[in-house]
Amino acid sequence: MDKKKQHMGMKAKTRLSNGIIYTALTIISIIWLFPFFCLVCESFRCESTYQVEYIIPQKWGFDNYINLFTKTDFPIWFKNTFIIALFVSVLQTIIVLCMSYTLSRLRFKSRKPLMNLMLILGMFPGFLSLILLYKLLSSWGMTNANSIPGLILVYVASSGMGYYVSKGYFDTIPRSLDEAARVDGCTRAQVLTKVILPLAKPIVIYTILTAFMGPWGDFMLANYVAHATSAGMNVAVGLQNMIGTSSSMAANYTMFCAGGVIVAIPITILFMALQKYYVEGVTGGAVKG
Amino acid sequence: MTEYNNKNISIFSDLNDLDYLRLSKLQAIGYDVVHFFKKIPTFFVNLFKAAIAIIKGFFVKIKDECVDIVTTFTNGDWKTKVSYLVMGFGSIARGQILRGLLFLVFEIVFIVYMAVAGFYWLGKYSTLGTLKSGSVYDPILDTYVRVEGDNSFKILLYGTLTILFIIAFIYTWRLNVKQNRIAESILKSGKKLKSGKEDLQSMMDDEFHKTLLALPVFGIFTFTVFPIIFMILVAFTNYDAAHDGYSNLFTWVGLSNFNSLFSINTGTDNLSFAFGEILSWTLMWAVLATFTNYFLGMLVAIMINKKGIKFKKMWRGILVLTSAVPQFISLLYVSKMFAVNGVLNGILVKWGIIHDLSEYLRLWESPTTARIMVVLINVWIGIPYLMLIATGILMNIPTDLYESASVDGANTWQQYTKITLPYMLFVTGPYLLTSFIGNINNFNVIFLLSGGGPTNPKLLTSAGAAGDTDLLITWLFKIVNGAGSKYYLASVIGIMIFVVVASLSLIVYNVMPSTRNEEDYS
Repeated sequence: MDKKKQHMGMKAKTRLSNGIIYTALTIISIIWLFPFFCLVCESFRCESTYQVEYIIPQKWGFDNYINLFTKTDFPIWFKNTFIIALFVSVLQTIIVLCMSYTLSRLRFKSRKPLMNLMLILGMFPGFLSLILLYKLLSSWGMTNANSIPGLILVYVASSGMGYYVSKGYFDTIPRSLDEAARVDGCTRAQVLTKVILPLAKPIVIYTILTAFMGPWGDFMLANYVAHATSAGMNVAVGLQNMIGTSSSMAANYTMFCAGGVIVAIPITILFMALQKYYVEGVTGGAVKG
Repeated sequence: MTEYNNKNISIFSDLNDLDYLRLSKLQAIGYDVVHFFKKIPTFFVNLFKAAIAIIKGFFVKIKDECVDIVTTFTNGDWKTKVSYLVMGFGSIARGQILRGLLFLVFEIVFIVYMAVAGFYWLGKYSTLGTLKSGSVYDPILDTYVRVEGDNSFKILLYGTLTILFIIAFIYTWRLNVKQNRIAESILKSGKKLKSGKEDLQSMMDDEFHKTLLALPVFGIFTFTVFPIIFMILVAFTNYDAAHDGYSNLFTWVGLSNFNSLFSINTGTDNLSFAFGEILSWTLMWAVLATFTNYFLGMLVAIMINKKGIKFKKMWRGILVLTSAVPQFISLLYVSKMFAVNGVLNGILVKWGIIHDLSEYLRLWESPTTARIMVVLINVWIGIPYLMLIATGILMNIPTDLYESASVDGANTWQQYTKITLPYMLFVTGPYLLTSFIGNINNFNVIFLLSGGGPTNPKLLTSAGAAGDTDLLITWLFKIVNGAGSKYYLASVIGIMIFVVVASLSLIVYNVMPSTRNEEDYS
């Protein structure tokens, strides 16, 4: 009897705590989704272009989207960003995988010094080196209107330093596989292409995904390299400029919201489609980095 | 028994494990804190010793190298001796034509470069140029003629490149000497040397790391290492918009830039005060941002992963979805939501909490609320990622640990503090450090949310204005983009950021326990 009562008590307690957790999770979900709900609503608002204090538009329509594509340079910014993201995702993936595979699997004399050097380099703010790089890029004619190749170069060149996550993932693949392949007569290059890469599919996709998403969100470097010419901007810089001053904010605010939605949709779809790999990459690699 | 219990245990003395476990909880915490600080002086002593050891090791190494160079020359055959002057000669003479040619070509390129340009730039390096470009009156022609003068920027750039090139040459020359010694000893033992073809094959096998690393390391050296060296040098010059090197030369100024960072404090230029204020807010921000994200993210992960909670995938999906949206959109939009005429004030009016314009919340206009807002919104931005990481770790904790704990009567809180938290902290220690460093340099969140504002007149410097939520990195950005473009000041601040980050990392890595061995995982 007593035991049963205690059991019942436990059950009620679990139910209570689960109830609290469900409530908390619901509130969290609402808080996390609410801004995006507002963003979408405002992008369809037609009665005014400035910021207002209500959420639901009085008049719905596609005006902002149409204006965005016909009256601003948004298509150029979008194209710029897309080209940059495409190149960066290919080149950066190759570089990061070379780097992380080497540091995870191969042992050579300069391995530790190299890793220490990159640790130290990572402690300098990245913006600092950009001051010189900007001067160099502009002397090569790779800034402002021609900023795309310059930005690709800057993003890709130093990407080897971001090897931590994928090295962490490679570390979890058992080394006995390499050794078995070596015994069977594979060269080290064959071990990589025939044994490790097929096993590392999640981290390869993770690296491509993060490399592709990076340029869409970059503001600091892109703004410094292409701050003066609209034709060379990426979406982040272009949209920020759209609402940069209070007068442009009054004229363009809802258009900015529409731009945000347009940029977010492809990225979000891509992200959701590859979410499985992203989660595997973060949980498998980031922690062990 | 009582006698044993009364044995005097002080938290200030060094205890063994057994005595440590007998401390009460409060005492244990006290003990940990005391010992953390007790370790810091020892840490600096060790650091000093290590630095001396490194310097000593460096000179010993150089001495060894010199001895080796001399003995290789005296014991070597004539092919080796010629190689001291003509790099790669020994390799070619012994049949390793590919290696030899590479050495030879490098030497020729070096000599030609130094003759054509290298010595010219080095000659001007110490002054960074003396002759200004501009118009000079020519009495013979009786007109002003344009004179192409020096360019400090180019002198600093190419001069530094030349110095690095010389270092690379010395290293390669040393490699060339070593090659001869190794080749001689291989031939002496009766073995054959590698042919060019075998050399190439080994690039895919034993030397595979060189093939893989060539491109990434080249990129890092040209686009990160060299610019950083250059900018460190800039900190010792007066390079800014007024002294851009073309129309007005700049020159070496020694340590005076560092001096002024710590001493200038006039009414119109509060440089050192601003530096102190911004540095302390940067550190405060990094602590707050890192730990709020860390603990709240872990809390959300625990809630979602709790046994019996349904729709786990959906909860996780909602949070991850929000992190898919590019940060600049969410940050810019959210910052507008909380602006004076934003959605937040609209809702408050609708609910009747505030009534007219005078009561509107001006969150971005007061230092305290602006600071709270950036931390809160950073939580909103950061939790999804933290939740994923924490989920990965939580799944790795063996469930039987929890089962046996609950059999022993441990409640949820005890399970959390005794199992989950220690495990999490142990595994994510290095991650915490990286994310702390990342937050010190978290440009996006601050710049897109508050733009560093509200502007604080006390933080006004000759390099421009700064605000209460400015981090060192956004301040640096503003200085470079400001009217005066004080590059030298930006460099000094960049170096200070490095000093702060590096010393924090050193202390954390050496004083904290649980510095993991990376081989543990493989």
